Amino acid sequence: MIGRRWWTPWLWLAPALAILGIFLIYPVVDTVRRSLYDKTSSSFVGLDNFQYIIENPQPLTSDTHGVLLNNLLWIIVFTGVTVTLGLVFAVLANRVRYEAIAKAIIFIPMAISFVAAAVIWRFMYEFSSDTGTVNAILTSVGGDPTPWLQDTGAPQTWLTQVGPDDLPAPFQINNIALILVGIWMWSGFAMVIMSAGLKGIPTEILEAARVDGANEWQIFRRIMIPMLSTTIVVVATTLVINALKLFDLVFVLTGGRFETDVIATLFFTQAFVFRDFGVGAALAVVLLLAVIPVMAIGIRRFQVQEETR
Amino acid sequence: MHEREPATADATAVPKQSPGAAFASALGKKLARLPLHLIIIGICILWLIPTLALFISSFREPADISTSGWWNAIKDFDFTFSNYDTVLSQRNMGRSFVNSLIITVPSTVLSILIAAFAAYAFAWMRFPGRNLLFLLVVALLVVPLQMTLIPILNLYTELRVDKELPLIGGALFGTGSFVGMWLAHTGYGLPFAVFLLRNFFGSLPKDLFESAYLDGASDLLVFFRIVLPLSGPAIAALAIFQFLWVWNDLLVALIYLGDPDLAPMTLTITSLVTSFGTQYQLLTAAAFVSMALPLAIFFALQRYFVQGLLAGAVKG
Repeated sequence: MIGRRWWTPWLWLAPALAILGIFLIYPVVDTVRRSLYDKTSSSFVGLDNFQYIIENPQPLTSDTHGVLLNNLLWIIVFTGVTVTLGLVFAVLANRVRYEAIAKAIIFIPMAISFVAAAVIWRFMYEFSSDTGTVNAILTSVGGDPTPWLQDTGAPQTWLTQVGPDDLPAPFQINNIALILVGIWMWSGFAMVIMSAGLKGIPTEILEAARVDGANEWQIFRRIMIPMLSTTIVVVATTLVINALKLFDLVFVLTGGRFETDVIATLFFTQAFVFRDFGVGAALAVVLLLAVIPVMAIGIRRFQVQEETR
Repeated sequence: MHEREPATADATAVPKQSPGAAFASALGKKLARLPLHLIIIGICILWLIPTLALFISSFREPADISTSGWWNAIKDFDFTFSNYDTVLSQRNMGRSFVNSLIITVPSTVLSILIAAFAAYAFAWMRFPGRNLLFLLVVALLVVPLQMTLIPILNLYTELRVDKELPLIGGALFGTGSFVGMWLAHTGYGLPFAVFLLRNFFGSLPKDLFESAYLDGASDLLVFFRIVLPLSGPAIAALAIFQFLWVWNDLLVALIYLGDPDLAPMTLTITSLVTSFGTQYQLLTAAAFVSMALPLAIFFALQRYFVQGLLAGAVKG
């Protein structure tokens, strides 16, 4: 706007910045400070806590390297599958008359608290094939029941016989089982945001493409995906960040046992159970640092958007 | 609007078809869409099974739940309302429902309003450090909630104002106050809200803003008359998520509230479950009691998605 005063933007930003300052920035600064101090936050120890994480001399409740790898597995598998499912389902549901009902069904898990989700999935993954749904299905087709949340083995034994003998550490059956719960819960989120973006594509463009003889796959690939790219980045970024700070789901289903610990659950155990604020805070700082590449991608998108508009 | 057949010239060029041929081509079209329906319905069933399993279990006798699968209940058709009776007859349940509303509604409105102001500034105002500041806000998305609990609890304990909040109850500020819950949930929800809204605002056509500014419209006018009406679907989506996150929150209420009279549903249900031991049948019923409102809200707001669609038809 012409003639906007220099302080006008700051006035619009002020409430948000004030609240963010108190509820998020101040706790972060406090945590960074604690990461440089000992267990009780009383004496300065420099980078000792970070060295502890990197060298992992005597594993905490979980081995720190395994924890980082678990988060990496979540970032890749959880984000990839959820974004794809959300997009595909938003596009497919857009083409049928019962769209509202179909979308509501996918969305239901989003409306469930983690407390309830934990009960639901303990039922599903129960070892007994009399009461556990997944094992009941598995045994009815001739398989053996698996303790889904405890099994740290690689899934290739039942997926395929021709796979590699040994998969790298985080590819455990229980990690995959947990990720499936995450996908079940978050696909509704991806779908709703994608769907809102999809509705924003002018119908004229789609109609014009159809008149010109484009088939549905071409419309999806050449029109929808490019026009939804900002939305896809928003969803993917949010999901990657969720995978990084993932806490509740692991906490309620396995409590981080059986090598399923992630950064946030290990932080919680260190800080609240063992009262070791030093290493706990250092883990939280590692988590904060891990997001910088994700943001770098995000910010590049915004710059592209700025230039093109 | 569900007619996807391209408007080709065939209708006039092809001579009139016999009824049989017309039927065959209609059937062909239906068959071509069959895989689409199968995929959608298949995914829906897959997604529904876990919740359905819990739902059916919530109507079963405790002894049955622990010995046989939920699918047996459909075969035997043996159901009971006793689990719901036990859960709903708990003294605090009505008050908890109201508490959940008192916590959730203002937190949702406040975070969206404050985020929308900030998002407008980030999207359509030029000022030094804009991108860097926005990057910082997005970076805050990654702050895990658990990390803020100790510093904020210390702050709230020190700043607690014991005077009672009129009409609603609880302390005026600090621990055990609804105001404290509203502000905390707003803070936790802001990064995502600003992030999402800035993207939607930023993708609105630039010409719209330029012509409004040239006509002398103020920022407030543009914000309330152009930006908000055009962002219907985004705001509806955001409102749903923020509502659900706050409604389903347990940790924040557990740490900052303390007083059982102020407890929301999640807190009351959790303490109910611990006081009864791990009795799954009660948790299953309780879970559905707490899910009822969020689901109703979602179905109600779905209409707004469609309305937002129509509003979005105004293109630059």
